[in-house]
Amino acid sequence: MTAPAPPPVRRRRLAGAGVMIRRRLLVAVPVLAATSMGMFALGAASPIDPAQQYAGAAAFTTSEENLDQLRANWGVDDPLPVQYARWVGNLLRGDLGWSTSRHEPVTSVLAARAGWTLLLVGLALALVLVASVLLGTLAAYRRGGWFDRALRSFAYAVQSMPVFWLGLAAIAVFALTLGWLPAGGLTDLTATGTDPADVARHLVLPVTVLAISQAPWFVLFVRDAVAESLRDDHVLAARARGLPGRTVLFGHALRTALLPFLTLVGTHLPELVGGAVLVETVFSLPGLGAVTVAAALGADFPLLAATTLATTVVVLAANLATDLGYAAADPRVRLDD
Amino acid sequence: MTDLAPPPAAPPARRLPPRRPAILLRGGRAGVGTAAAVLVVAVLACLLAPLLWPLDQSAVDLARTRLAPSPEHLAGTDDLGRDVALRSLYGLRVSLLVGVVAALVATVIGGLVGAVAGSVGGRVDRVLMRVVDTVAALPHLLLGIFIVAMLRPSLGAVVASIALTHWLSTARIVRSELLSLRSRPFVDAAISGGASRARVLTRHLLPHVLPRLALATTLMVPHAVWHETALSFLGLGLPPHLASIGNMINDGQRSLLTGAWWASIVPGLALVAVTLALAVLTGRWRDRLDPRVRAELHL
Repeated sequence: MTAPAPPPVRRRRLAGAGVMIRRRLLVAVPVLAATSMGMFALGAASPIDPAQQYAGAAAFTTSEENLDQLRANWGVDDPLPVQYARWVGNLLRGDLGWSTSRHEPVTSVLAARAGWTLLLVGLALALVLVASVLLGTLAAYRRGGWFDRALRSFAYAVQSMPVFWLGLAAIAVFALTLGWLPAGGLTDLTATGTDPADVARHLVLPVTVLAISQAPWFVLFVRDAVAESLRDDHVLAARARGLPGRTVLFGHALRTALLPFLTLVGTHLPELVGGAVLVETVFSLPGLGAVTVAAALGADFPLLAATTLATTVVVLAANLATDLGYAAADPRVRLDD
Repeated sequence: MTDLAPPPAAPPARRLPPRRPAILLRGGRAGVGTAAAVLVVAVLACLLAPLLWPLDQSAVDLARTRLAPSPEHLAGTDDLGRDVALRSLYGLRVSLLVGVVAALVATVIGGLVGAVAGSVGGRVDRVLMRVVDTVAALPHLLLGIFIVAMLRPSLGAVVASIALTHWLSTARIVRSELLSLRSRPFVDAAISGGASRARVLTRHLLPHVLPRLALATTLMVPHAVWHETALSFLGLGLPPHLASIGNMINDGQRSLLTGAWWASIVPGLALVAVTLALAVLTGRWRDRLDPRVRAELHL
C-alpha cells in the first residue's frame, strides 16, 4: 500500500484564501456601515450649523432667509436617514464631498496628501519591524543579561513618552543643537521640487521618532515570544542535534515566535496611524495629519469622516493581509475550515 | 547499631541559580519604591499647589520671557514670561484629573457592556463583542479627534473622546471574567441553592470582578492622560490659556526654535515621570493579581 502523494504544499496553504476574503468582506461591510452611521450621528449631533460655517464671518450680516436657502439647497433639514443615505450614496460613487476647511474637494486633499502619510507609516513600520526583531531576539537569547535589562528598561521608559514630545526633544537635540538634520518640512525652503535625497534627509527624524515611539510594544513582544519558544521541544531538539547557536536562534526559535507577531502588526496599525498624525504635526509634514487637525478645528465633517473611514479601510485590509500572511507562513493554520 | 555508617549526606538541595538583581523597571523593590515616591510627591504637590503656590492662569510677564532655568525660575520661563515649573505642576494637576475622570467614565461604559455581554450571552453577547471589535479596529486617535471636532473642544468633549475610545479593554476583561466565573462550582452551588439571578450577580460574581475592574481602570489612567495631552497638543483639547501639559508642550514649540527648549521639554518630562511611576506600580499590582500574566507586554 503506497501512501498517497502529498498535494503541493503551496497550493494547500492558501487554498481557502478566496473563501476567507469573501467572509472578511461580509464582516467589513457591516463594520464600515456601523462606523459611518456612528460618525454621521455624531456629526448630526454637533452644534455646528453648516450654513453659518459656510458663510463664515458673513453669517453675522447675512439675512436669515439666505441661510435658510443654503440649508434648503444642501438638504440639511431633511430627516437624518435621508441625509445619511445621500452621503453614503455619494461616497460609493466616489464623491467624498467638499472640504469646508480646505475649500477643495475631499478627494483632491486625500490624493495630494495620503501618499506622504503612507510613506511615513510604511518606512517607520519597516524600521520598527527590523529593529525589534533583531533587538528582541538578542535580548531573549541572553535574557536577564545587561542587554536584556537595558532594552526592557528603555522600552518601558519610551512607552511613557508621548510621541510628539519625543519629536520635539529630537528636534531640540539633532536639529537645533547638533544641526545634523532639518527640524521640519519635507524639503528645504529653497527647493523647487521634491528631490528624493532632500526628502529622505527630511524624513530621517520623523521616521525614526515614529519608529522609536512604537518600538516598545514590538520589542517586548518579540523578546517574550522568542524567550518562550527557546524552551520549546523543537528548539531543544535542535540544540541536542548540536546545531550552532545562531541557527537554533534564528532558524528555529525566531521562526516560531514570529508567527503571532504577524497578527500583532495588524492590530497595532491603528496606533501607528495615530502616531503618524502627531509626528506629522510636530515636523510640519504635508501628510494627512496636518489637514486632519485643521479639519477638526474647523469642524470639517466631510474631510474628517473621509479620512477616518479611509484609514479604517486601510487598517481592515492590512488585517486581512496579515492573516493571509499568517496562513501562508504557518502550515497548521488552514483557511478553508 | 551504634557503629552504623553515618547516613549518606543528603544530596545537596538542587540550588536554583541565584536570582538576577531585580530589574529596576520590572518591579524590583528599588523601582517600586522610587515609583511610589514619585507618585506620592506628585499627587501631594498637585493637591497642595493652589494653597502653596497660587497661579494666575492668564498672567503674563513680557519683561521676563524665555529665561533659562535659574534658582528663581527652576525650569525657566516660556515665551510669555510664565514660570514653566509652576505651570507644569498645574498642568499635571489638570491632566491627571481629566485622566482619572475619563478612565472612570470609560470603566463604567466598558463595565456595563462587558457585564451585559458576559451575563446575558447568546446573540446579545455576539453583537456587543462585534461592536467592540469594530471600534478596536478604528485608529483611536483619529476617532478621538473626530469626536472632539464634532462636539467642539471643551473639557466635556475631551472626556467623551477619551471614554468613547478607551472602554474596549474593560468590556473584554469583564466579559471574559464573567464567562470564566459562570462555570465555577460556587456559582453552580449558589444557583442550586435557589439564589436569584440578581443575587448571583451581585453577591457571587461582582466581588470577583471588582479587583480586575479596579486594575483595568488604573492601567487606563496613563493612556487617558496621553490621549488628553495629544488632543491638547494638537490644539483640540483644553482651552489654550489653561495650564495643561499638552497645551504647554504646544506653546513651547514656539520657544523651542529659539533655543528655549525647557518650555516644551520640562512639562513633558513631568508627565513622563508620573505616568512611568504609575505604570510601574500598576504593572506590579497586575503581577500580584495574576502571576501567570506578567506585566511585560502591556503597561
